[in-house]
Amino acid sequence: MVTLFDEPANTWELIANGLPWTLTLAASSLALGFFLAVGLALLRLSPVPPLRWFAYGYVYLFRSTPLLVQIFLIYYGLGQFEAVQKSFLWPFLREAHWCAILALTLNTTAYTSEIIRGGLQSVPWGQVEAAKACGMGLGLRFRRVIFPQAIRQALPGYGNEIVLMIKSTSLASTITILDMTLIARKETSATFSIEPLFIAAAFYLAINFLATRLVMWVEFRLSPELREAKTGKTLPDQGVVGAR
Amino acid sequence: MRMLTTMLAAAALTAGVATAASAADWGKGSDVRIATEGAYAPWNYTDSSGNLVGFEVDLYKDLCARLELKCTLQQQAWEGIIPALQAGKYDVIMAGMSITEKRKEVITFSRSYAATPAVFVVKSDGPLAGFSTDLDAVTMADVDDAEKATIAKVKEAFAGKTIGVQIATTHENFLNEYIAGDVTVKTYDTQENLDLDLQAGRVDAALAAMSYWKPLLEKDAGKGLKIVGPGFTGGPFGDGVGAGIRQEDQQLADMFSEAIGEAIADGTLSKLAIEHFGFDASAKE
Repeated sequence: MVTLFDEPANTWELIANGLPWTLTLAASSLALGFFLAVGLALLRLSPVPPLRWFAYGYVYLFRSTPLLVQIFLIYYGLGQFEAVQKSFLWPFLREAHWCAILALTLNTTAYTSEIIRGGLQSVPWGQVEAAKACGMGLGLRFRRVIFPQAIRQALPGYGNEIVLMIKSTSLASTITILDMTLIARKETSATFSIEPLFIAAAFYLAINFLATRLVMWVEFRLSPELREAKTGKTLPDQGVVGAR
Repeated sequence: MRMLTTMLAAAALTAGVATAASAADWGKGSDVRIATEGAYAPWNYTDSSGNLVGFEVDLYKDLCARLELKCTLQQQAWEGIIPALQAGKYDVIMAGMSITEKRKEVITFSRSYAATPAVFVVKSDGPLAGFSTDLDAVTMADVDDAEKATIAKVKEAFAGKTIGVQIATTHENFLNEYIAGDVTVKTYDTQENLDLDLQAGRVDAALAAMSYWKPLLEKDAGKGLKIVGPGFTGGPFGDGVGAGIRQEDQQLADMFSEAIGEAIADGTLSKLAIEHFGFDASAKE
């Protein structure tokens, strides 16, 4: 018989041992991926055609192939070539966790860059022109006017991406990384019980609950109009000011 | 938290229903669904055109013909192969599965149709290539002093190294129980993925059945690999390989045992074993 919930405390602790790997993979690939994605989104909007083509090609490639296949190609695929094994990259590619971080980063970069591109394009052109008219340079314009608004627009979409990435780290279990999923799988096969998988799922639920709350909080912080409405304060009446 | 508990309880109920497959009445002409992994050559594997082939694929046909059963073969990932049997997705597992005490707690087995020791394989140009022990065979059922010393020697030789093994196998249990500690154990979904990492040098050694390694070492995929150390049998490795069947279908298990007995008696089994493994790995009377 398949049994459920014998020695629950034990299994919870066991699977919690995989939590650091799950969080490390998610946090490092999201952090690296975000910076690369901002760069890629700018290339995508660049006036120079080859840069645009490169960004488009990159996004197309990584968004249109399954992450599992990417992980396998990087881990098992590259490892088969003697040239790779002899190269300076081998100490890095030899380790399963670097391969997983690389695959997850490359993948999230593609998705995130599209989210950021959408945010950047949502900034009204009039504001950019106004900033130019005030004498702001390109860097200042980007930092003060375009980027803050683009991020606010992109945040709901990016929250989605964070949740997807946290779940995607479970694919690293296929390349021997002892994350929560692999520990649960090992326990399931050792006990012939599906309980460890339920426990792992509960952990993912909890992490993603916290992640979505965090994104909601950031969204709230970055949206003064939401904040004012919620606290019951109203903005100063612009009409009265004009009538003076 | 309360809602979570309710959800888990609901899921548990569903799982309970799914696993309660009722015993059928088995006899001539019954439809029997057989499952194999299809990634464990030469026991069972997938050829270049996607067909399931191998020792067990030939064997099931022979056994089903003897029993006059209408058998169909399906593919199932190794990791979930016992839970899916329990859930009634098929009736018989023939996937190089050893008959162990642990598995017998949840399913039953036919008599064994093959037996083969577990051995370590390393790269022949690696630091472990010269490893050897005085004993050639270690019987894990009752370990004597010489065998204890051999296991200790294995542990010492692999200290600080990484050993790869397929998930949910007798080999994984053995490593965790007897060897782990100073040794890092890495688990793989399939034996084929483990072979790739052994070749790439990500693991220093791999543990699997002799019947798997021997044919592999003669092929390109096994180039530069060699078997080292003693062969392990019994105990955590079980009593040979048999067909896994739900406990409530003991009748079906008995039918398979009888057919396997016939195949041993008339030489069919050892002929199939030599054909696929290159040596006689078949079970004896």
